[in-house]
Amino acid sequence: MHLTSILPTLTAAFLASVVEVVEAFTIVLAVALTRSWRPALTGTFAALGLLVVLVLIFGPLFALIPLGVMQFVVGTLLVLFGMRWLRKAILRASGFIALHDEEAAFAKETDALTKLAADKRADWLAGMAAFKAVLLEGVEVVFIVIAVGTAHHMTWIAGLGALAAAVAVLLVGAVVHKPLSTVPENTLKFAVGLMLTSFGIFWTGEGLGAAWPGADLSILAILVILLIVSLVAVSVMNGTCGRQEAV
Amino acid sequence: MQFIKSIFSELLGLFVDDGNLALQVLGLIVIVALAVRLGGLMPLAGAGLLLLGCIVILALSLRRMLRR
Repeated sequence: MHLTSILPTLTAAFLASVVEVVEAFTIVLAVALTRSWRPALTGTFAALGLLVVLVLIFGPLFALIPLGVMQFVVGTLLVLFGMRWLRKAILRASGFIALHDEEAAFAKETDALTKLAADKRADWLAGMAAFKAVLLEGVEVVFIVIAVGTAHHMTWIAGLGALAAAVAVLLVGAVVHKPLSTVPENTLKFAVGLMLTSFGIFWTGEGLGAAWPGADLSILAILVILLIVSLVAVSVMNGTCGRQEAV
Repeated sequence: MQFIKSIFSELLGLFVDDGNLALQVLGLIVIVALAVRLGGLMPLAGAGLLLLGCIVILALSLRRMLRR
């Protein structure tokens, strides 16, 4: 196991998980501050429990899939997942669509929960909101850990990256006690989109039987190419948006 | 039921945002895989084609957004 494999895996899992945990934290905090911590934590732990069950059921099945097939399938999913993030990050960085705003997400959730305050099932609905947020963001974290870790048998390293992200976000969140809106989410998404797309292209290629020159170092080369293309795209789109505004 | 439906639709949304982009990526991967397995294309050349194709598909998707 080389540092050239460990570092990208750990970094990709950590950064991607930070984005997901921050988004889940915003909703859980909105539930806790609008209703109480009871439905927030009940929903959170129920979702985490379901995630653990899903991992325990489906995790061992991955070991049965031949490595080449696994690299091809996981690589394909990573390309889809990574390019979706990268595209959105480029659109946001160029000002084409609005940046994701944790304060706005918090306000929207708080508003929705406040409207339900008179409902008998308010606590139940608040708990379900926390459950859904943690489950969906958690599924993304689990997918990222499996995807960046499995193909090179480094799931535990990717898992450590995700765990570190969760601990970091929760510690900061516990201290500031408000949505983590100062996290540079789009920069993180940009970086993670580049990383996941690079991993995806690398593994799909390996799944096809390609022996990449420089082995894992090729991931870095792919990432640099995609970074250059993305920065050019942001610059071109910035110029186009500017011209449209000027007209 | 509505809740489960919304969860599944959001799960699908993890991989598919711009439907055209997702379809084109899948199409590219299938074509490259067939070219390598059946067409005798060298795997490394196929991998390079995959990288190039992804860049073109991303550029096309961004151009579509610009035109909207």
